Amino acid sequence: MEKGALSNLKVVELGHLIAGPYCAKLLADLGAEVIKVEEPGVGDEARRREPFLHDEAHPEKSGFFLNLNTNKLGVTLNLKSKTGKEIFLKLLKEADILVENNPPSVMEKWGLQYESLKEINPRLIMTSITPFGQSGPYRDYKATELISFHMGGIGFSTPGVVDNAAEEPPLRAGGQLAGFMAGIAGAVATMCAVFYRKATGLGEHVDVSTQEAVSSFMRSVATEYLYTKQLYGRARGSRPYMGFGGILPCKDGYVNLSPSQDHHWDGLVQLMGNPEWTKDERFKDRDSRRQHGEEIRAHLEEWTKGQNKVELAEAAQRLGFPGAPIYTMDEALNAEHLLARGFLAEIDHPEAGKIRYPGAPFKMLETPWRVIRSAPLLGQHNEEVYCRRLGYSKEKLVKLRESGVI
Amino acid sequence: MTRLPLEGIRICDFTWVWAGPYATMLLSMMGAEVIKIESSRRPDQIRTAATGADGVAGLNRSASFNSLNCAKKSCTLDLTKPKGVELAKELIKISDVVTENFSTGVMERFGLSYEELKKLKPDIIAYSSSIPGRIGPKNYYTGYAVESHSLSGAASITGRPGGPPIHIGAAYGDLITGSHGALAILAALHHRDQTGEGQFIDMSMTEAVAVTIPEAIMDYTMNGRVRGRRANKDDFMAPHGCYPCRGEDKWVAIAISNEQEWRAFCRAIGKPEWTKDEMFADGYRRWANQEELDKLVGSWTKDYTHYEVMEILQRAGVPAGPSVNVEELVNDRHLKQRHFFIETDHSEVGKRTMLDLPWKFGSLSDREYRAGPCLGEHNDYVFGELLGLSKEEIARLVEEEVIK
Repeated sequence: MEKGALSNLKVVELGHLIAGPYCAKLLADLGAEVIKVEEPGVGDEARRREPFLHDEAHPEKSGFFLNLNTNKLGVTLNLKSKTGKEIFLKLLKEADILVENNPPSVMEKWGLQYESLKEINPRLIMTSITPFGQSGPYRDYKATELISFHMGGIGFSTPGVVDNAAEEPPLRAGGQLAGFMAGIAGAVATMCAVFYRKATGLGEHVDVSTQEAVSSFMRSVATEYLYTKQLYGRARGSRPYMGFGGILPCKDGYVNLSPSQDHHWDGLVQLMGNPEWTKDERFKDRDSRRQHGEEIRAHLEEWTKGQNKVELAEAAQRLGFPGAPIYTMDEALNAEHLLARGFLAEIDHPEAGKIRYPGAPFKMLETPWRVIRSAPLLGQHNEEVYCRRLGYSKEKLVKLRESGVI
Repeated sequence: MTRLPLEGIRICDFTWVWAGPYATMLLSMMGAEVIKIESSRRPDQIRTAATGADGVAGLNRSASFNSLNCAKKSCTLDLTKPKGVELAKELIKISDVVTENFSTGVMERFGLSYEELKKLKPDIIAYSSSIPGRIGPKNYYTGYAVESHSLSGAASITGRPGGPPIHIGAAYGDLITGSHGALAILAALHHRDQTGEGQFIDMSMTEAVAVTIPEAIMDYTMNGRVRGRRANKDDFMAPHGCYPCRGEDKWVAIAISNEQEWRAFCRAIGKPEWTKDEMFADGYRRWANQEELDKLVGSWTKDYTHYEVMEILQRAGVPAGPSVNVEELVNDRHLKQRHFFIETDHSEVGKRTMLDLPWKFGSLSDREYRAGPCLGEHNDYVFGELLGLSKEEIARLVEEEVIK
């Protein structure tokens, strides 16, 4: 059987919701062994989040949890108990990486700061993902997806240009992107630490801030501001020139066209059947088209309203400039191209049954994305991990359960 | 100065615009030697920004280019000339990774298909990023971040209910692709270290976006539900949204998820009468009546600045924070204290402030930050030092416009 790219790495995850679990999922899906540690009886908060299978709230049937925790072994452990903490440290002794996204004050309360863990395992890479990082004035502030997305600056730039700023607040994007931005940053950083350790033998405390992960996506815009100190408002007309591409209405929904390069204009004109208005002086070259972007857009919209989105995008692509239909979720997941690529993966789960999940974020030809196991039931691998690996007897396991350690 | 994590790794980098360069920049800033293969004949789109540093346009003066290409080197080659391709191949022979984000078929036309790359170096790692990916019936589609938002369904779930779909700000699709791309490359390098085996990585921007909206995907695959747009609203939390603050176009984000936070919120704002209304007595009723609730929360926030609201509510243990514009972002006191803003010294535009990467670890704390390259800045280094060409040979290749 093909091994995953990271099959020699051992990870322990002490995560909840998105950022920590997504970072660990990325490693697990690439073949690393990941042991997810959850609180006995309670489990990851994600188990109580939508969407649920058939809208039935059940801790083993949250699609949100099931997706974020594929390929992981699951154990329960009470870190507030002395024995629980001892067992956790035993797990860490054998691990390469610890991924966690708990508030810094909580890790301190549990006595699990990097300085202590380093003593147990100097090679340990500890990746901590928190809303604001391990230091600084906001360190202990609370944040949800909404807060992180807006404090990282993407919220303010998401509605783009608006007609009435007072009535149209800045928006988060659909989904919970901040957690995913933090999770992928954590995974890249963790792998950098793995490479550092290959050369030096030393572990590291990797400090990832969700606020910074989100702000990083503002990189280009922020640098433009830093170069020019030019700040534009959100109101229409406050920017010197507007592109005329973007989301356009069609007969059956919306299309996105991006004729952003100079040479795309000819393709666009041809697409529309060479209408008279395109021959106007105002639209003769790149600079004049930039100045009159709003007018071009108005003409363009008039025309796209009579078109079908999929056909229009296809025609644009054939004429050499980018176009894509704005797919609704059902259209996106039933698109010929996505299906041909096998993007959705069917995974069987002991309680939730067979469901199709998002699959690989990228295709690696020699070490392809694979599902070895579905997301764990709460405490599903207690016996495998505690008995077979750590050497506890079955009787001891029963005692640990009775005393609430696991 | 301590060692950077990725020292010793060399990347022959054909990427341009945003998605590809962001992936290779995550690696260059971590110490990999990233050599961009550029061309004066067809410079990177984002080098040709309308305005550049200090209001002067120029291929080396673009903020966007300089922000996405830190710590990389640049050489120029005309790949439409056989000798240009030959030199690229010489560089590939001594590289660990080849990266590109052209349209499907372009690398093949240059004679640089994955099969060709393997002949040059059997354990080469080839990373290829595009909107649709290289495999599949629509692999000829091209596009930017916005096409990935469109095809993945992300645009359809972003915006206001009853309003049109809108794009996620900050060209999300490009940078989420670049982030995942960096991970793929590092995983492939790790696998190569263990086994000696290289491989081809096919990165679809559409799929990179799709994996980050799994809630909408699974609601469809499990329940057949097609999710729509819901602005700043949540499945169960209320108050949850952006509320107007003092000043022009100033907003604060507030998200209250349980009874404890609600009570803390009410105390923090002085327990006005409306907080005692039956309509808001429990979580479900607050969510069901959130339109009314939002107006009332807004009637309080409007008298404070968005930063003041954050401080008042955070002190009470309630999640809240300003929706910052770019000026506020680069002046945020927390980000500043964490040294998220760093300085680079660019050969043409000089000392400029830049964003750091979103992670810190001990061994990185004393490192130097290197700026992005001018076009062809490292021709002598690449062709002379790395490929061993003499000064005369290089001069001749410049004259023949192979190095251009």
